[in-house]
Amino acid sequence: MELAVSCKNVSKVYDTGGQKVTALNCIDLDIVIGELMMLVGPSGCGKTTLISVVAGILDQDNGSCELFGENLQDMSSKDKLNFRARNIGFVFQSFNLLPSLNAAENVSIPLILNGMKRFEAERKAVTVLEQVGLGDRWKFLPSQLSGGQQQRVAIARALVHNPRLIVCDEPTSALDHVTGQNVMTMLKDVAMHKERTLVIVTHDARIFDFADRIAEMDDGHIVTVGGIKAKKLSLNSAS
Amino acid sequence: MNHIALKMLMGDKGKYIGIIMGLTFASLIMTQQPAIFVGLMSRSYSFISDVGLPDIWVMDAKVQFVDDIKPLQDTELYRVRGISGVEWATPMYKGLLKVRLTDGTFQTCIVVGLDDSTLIGGPPVMIEGKLDNLRNSDSVVVDIDGARDKLGKPSPTPGAAPIPLKIGDTLEINDRRAIVAGIAKVTRTFQSQPVIYTTYSRAKSYAPKERKLLSFVLVKAKKGQDIAELTRRITKTTGLAAYSQAEFQELTYEYFMHNTGIPINFGISVLLGFIVGAAIAGQTFYNFTLENLRQFGVLKAMGASNLILLRMILLQAVLVGSIGYGLGVGLTALFGFAMRNTILAFKFPWQLLLFSGTGVSLICIFAAFISILKVIRLEPAIVFKG
Repeated sequence: MELAVSCKNVSKVYDTGGQKVTALNCIDLDIVIGELMMLVGPSGCGKTTLISVVAGILDQDNGSCELFGENLQDMSSKDKLNFRARNIGFVFQSFNLLPSLNAAENVSIPLILNGMKRFEAERKAVTVLEQVGLGDRWKFLPSQLSGGQQQRVAIARALVHNPRLIVCDEPTSALDHVTGQNVMTMLKDVAMHKERTLVIVTHDARIFDFADRIAEMDDGHIVTVGGIKAKKLSLNSAS
Repeated sequence: MNHIALKMLMGDKGKYIGIIMGLTFASLIMTQQPAIFVGLMSRSYSFISDVGLPDIWVMDAKVQFVDDIKPLQDTELYRVRGISGVEWATPMYKGLLKVRLTDGTFQTCIVVGLDDSTLIGGPPVMIEGKLDNLRNSDSVVVDIDGARDKLGKPSPTPGAAPIPLKIGDTLEINDRRAIVAGIAKVTRTFQSQPVIYTTYSRAKSYAPKERKLLSFVLVKAKKGQDIAELTRRITKTTGLAAYSQAEFQELTYEYFMHNTGIPINFGISVLLGFIVGAAIAGQTFYNFTLENLRQFGVLKAMGASNLILLRMILLQAVLVGSIGYGLGVGLTALFGFAMRNTILAFKFPWQLLLFSGTGVSLICIFAAFISILKVIRLEPAIVFKG
């Protein structure tokens, strides 16, 4: 099976005011193309640092992390930016939509960064917004949309340039249960196909069912990697 | 990405207006204060500018500026007339004399005595009466601002504006009668004192008795005569100072620049305006960038290069700079227009546009520079922090 992500012995240490904090400690993780992998664990365990490294927006101190067979750390800054712009989509916990741009303009940004003309990009953005059920709201500013709708705009933005990897940071934590479930259903329906990989960082046990595999992290390590059944068993035994 | 940069900028209306107001204020104070300064300095030599006809002004060698009168003997006039290259030469008296008003108060005025036969050196514009009226006995021509204000007759209503002098009214200069025979428009002088024109011989009778009363000899060069050469010849022959009109203006201007506190006072105003404008605009623009740091981080994470972000910030800086500059200059122009007929000195040459444009550009470059540094150093991983 082809790998989307292959991390070997990845370590990252932050220097916070002279104090060394180990965020990632010799992480090994393989994610297969077409897989939906969830990273779970308590706050401060290194989940966000790991997806930052996986997404190529943070350099690890040691080890290697390959994306689709390419080591981002070996690339020049320009190549890394281009690689990211072409291959990675982002969904954030707090949506991170630009407040002064309407939904279509927000969604069109990755296309513009990939060189598409503005109006063409906005036309394509509207078609993707239709896929996430917001075709009639493409002119709305983020402040005029509900939390669930904003997250759907963010998902449309992550999908619009057809990336091979989508990284999501707590995509449902700012949403109520029903909306969170709807967003995850929509994400899985619209985003997942055999060529695309999703890595989701979450605390939200209610969405574990959507995962193909779950990697549980603690204190900078990956403690277990397994299927959803294994995770549920571990949760039940803990309770 | 330009439209995104502009929408980011204009999205927060309060901040957007704040930045523009800061730059408008800086631009306003960087044009308005220097315009007043230039206006004031140009008044220092306005008397020379108003006397347009002569090519050369001849005076005592120790004269430092136009109001620094060191009288000459009348015979100097004839010596100058005798120098080759001189088409004509006329005498001029200029002095500060006390004028007694109808209510018994005194007002110091600039009294100018013109050549009796030609009246050369008279006011540039006559509003009422003719300059030729000076040939009538005891007649004088008064400038309009003086006639309306400092020489005006007291109003019977307490606190009301004075009643302007009109033709036929009388004044008293050094115990001698002077009849207003005309009202003229002259450029205000540095001290804004009223200007009274009369003939040279009558001015001598108004002036306190002194052995020498000739202030200047006004010279016209013959056609084709090199002015610089003629001034050198006059100086060499008579031992007096001879300046072209431009040189005499420059001499007066330099005297005021180097011997008064005006440049330093206005310089401080302009500097303060620049600092306050830079602080307001720079701080607001920087805060705007700081508040949008997460948005820049999102763009960076999605693949926007530092160059793209730098262009976005520069575009934002150029836009607010241009609008602030335009508004500031526009307000200065409006201010100048509103003050055109008042005592306030105001002159707005095109060089001031360059000066304030450079100032506003520096503020924008500074604000953009510190913002760009922040964005370039920004770790895109910031976007994953809650």
